[in-house]
Amino acid sequence: MAAHHRTRQLLRYLPVLPAVLLLLVFLAGPVLWAFHASLTNAGLTGRNARNPQWVGLENYQRLLEDPVFPLSLALTVLFVAGSAVLGQNVLGLALAVLMRRARPIVSATVGTAVVAAWVLPEIVAAFAAYAFFSRDGTLNQLLGRFGAGETDWLYTVPMAAVILANVWRGTAFSMLVYRAALNGVPAELTEAAHMDGAGAWQRLAFITLPVIRGSIATNLMLVTLQTLAVFTLIWVMTAGGPANGSTTLPVLAYQEAFKFGDIGYGTAVASVLILIGAVFGAAYLRLLSEQKP
Amino acid sequence: MTAPKWAGRRLPQQQPGQPSPSRPRRVQPRRGRTRGNAWADAVLVLIGACFLLPLLWLVFGSVDPAAGHGTRVPQQPGLDNFAAVLTPELLFRPLWNSLLLSAGTGTVTLAAAVLAAYPLSRYQSRFNKPFLYGILFGTCLPVTAIMVPVYGLFVQLHLLDSLPATVLFLAATSLPMAIWMTRNFMDAVPLALEEAAWVDGASRLAALRSIVLPLMRPGLGVVFIFVFIQAWGNFFVPFVLLLSEGRQPAAVSIFSFFGQHGAVAYGQLAAFSILYSVPVLALYVFVARGSGNSLALAGAVRG
Repeated sequence: MAAHHRTRQLLRYLPVLPAVLLLLVFLAGPVLWAFHASLTNAGLTGRNARNPQWVGLENYQRLLEDPVFPLSLALTVLFVAGSAVLGQNVLGLALAVLMRRARPIVSATVGTAVVAAWVLPEIVAAFAAYAFFSRDGTLNQLLGRFGAGETDWLYTVPMAAVILANVWRGTAFSMLVYRAALNGVPAELTEAAHMDGAGAWQRLAFITLPVIRGSIATNLMLVTLQTLAVFTLIWVMTAGGPANGSTTLPVLAYQEAFKFGDIGYGTAVASVLILIGAVFGAAYLRLLSEQKP
Repeated sequence: MTAPKWAGRRLPQQQPGQPSPSRPRRVQPRRGRTRGNAWADAVLVLIGACFLLPLLWLVFGSVDPAAGHGTRVPQQPGLDNFAAVLTPELLFRPLWNSLLLSAGTGTVTLAAAVLAAYPLSRYQSRFNKPFLYGILFGTCLPVTAIMVPVYGLFVQLHLLDSLPATVLFLAATSLPMAIWMTRNFMDAVPLALEEAAWVDGASRLAALRSIVLPLMRPGLGVVFIFVFIQAWGNFFVPFVLLLSEGRQPAAVSIFSFFGQHGAVAYGQLAAFSILYSVPVLALYVFVARGSGNSLALAGAVRG
């Protein structure tokens, strides 16, 4: 009887199988394969591609000795902190707050402009950003009007350029999250504070932000994870250069594996990135379960 | 907070010992609000202009036969660039490949998500919560990080340069979010409606098909379109997994405008970019108009 019940229970969950298979083969499989391959000297072509040798932790040892790796790690932190945590998050919140005070037609139009940069295919957005920051691009044209000299932004300050480009590209997500969150703040709360004489900034700091803190935390996690994975924008704009000046971890993994043909070393970099993502992911899940006891 | 501070502003005529309210004082609160609005309008317009500026290059460049990096109003605007890219090799085949890739990914994802969402939504089990959180954890993995191992996996399984395999991979990456959204939409369909169908003798599958899915249609549309837009815009996955020119989608074939000798046809690149972007922009507008924006976010972000 109990066995019969268990079979029924299992049969009920049969429809989950296709999804589970897809996830196991194409997501869990590559992750496990990455950890395995990072312990070998697998190559893109040649002898090491056919018969990779087990090399233990050699790739990770190389990682620690390679001066590019700490640089790349620092650039990744800078990129995520600058473009996601500060840029997209704060600008998205500011936009959402301003949109509630502005005329509907203005907020709808500006909202469309912000969302357009986000909905565009990533390669198109990357080319547009590249043209904008290039030597004879739009930014220099504008600055030239004010008498500023020509700077090659992508060479002199590559990180600033890709950070600004990513803010342009991704702010829409934070804006949409915060617009939804602000709609959920009870009007009585802010009105009561208004009656008590609280100014606009005070209402924002002491009423609105504490009420939407759950959304803030969720948004911070999601934009951090999205930004951690940004590859195309940086690759098109600077290709990680000049002299590794904008080589974040995804770009480094790609270069080592496909440009230099060292799959083993490239997957070691990728494994580090996966682990960082996993840590943030676990923190995110923790956050969600705390919000919803 | 001291009362006179706000009382003086909001109700000037009731303040004792004050001169009787003159006209300008009475409109003061309203003027204060419009001033706040004007200020918000100005800042928003400024930010909006900054967001539009990089896109202006695309629009102007596409109708300027002599386009370069810079943004300028075309001296002799014309549709030459569009005419030049309207060929099977440059435009139609890549767009067709993009369509196959995105529609395939959307279909596979939606089918697997609906099947998986049904037991997760309808049965109470200890299995549900760990499964859903495990899946959510999957959405957290940086997809670009697994592209190197996925390439290795595809080489070993001889799946490189295969459109169906690329579709399956793209479907796997969008599945976690799709399952969450679909389950949330399914939760919103009352169980009572389904039970009524069972009483009438319908099987679970028949009830799902004839009662639950039709009621979920707007939600399913949102999921499909979101997956479609993501797959359509994805560059890195087809760039790594699809090698032959004949199979590459528009995201990858765009590099054909970079000539072998460093010459870049910027005007054609801009025209192609616009033609390639219009379908997803239109789809997005279509979803957003049905308040799908908040709908999708609610489905995705809500726990």
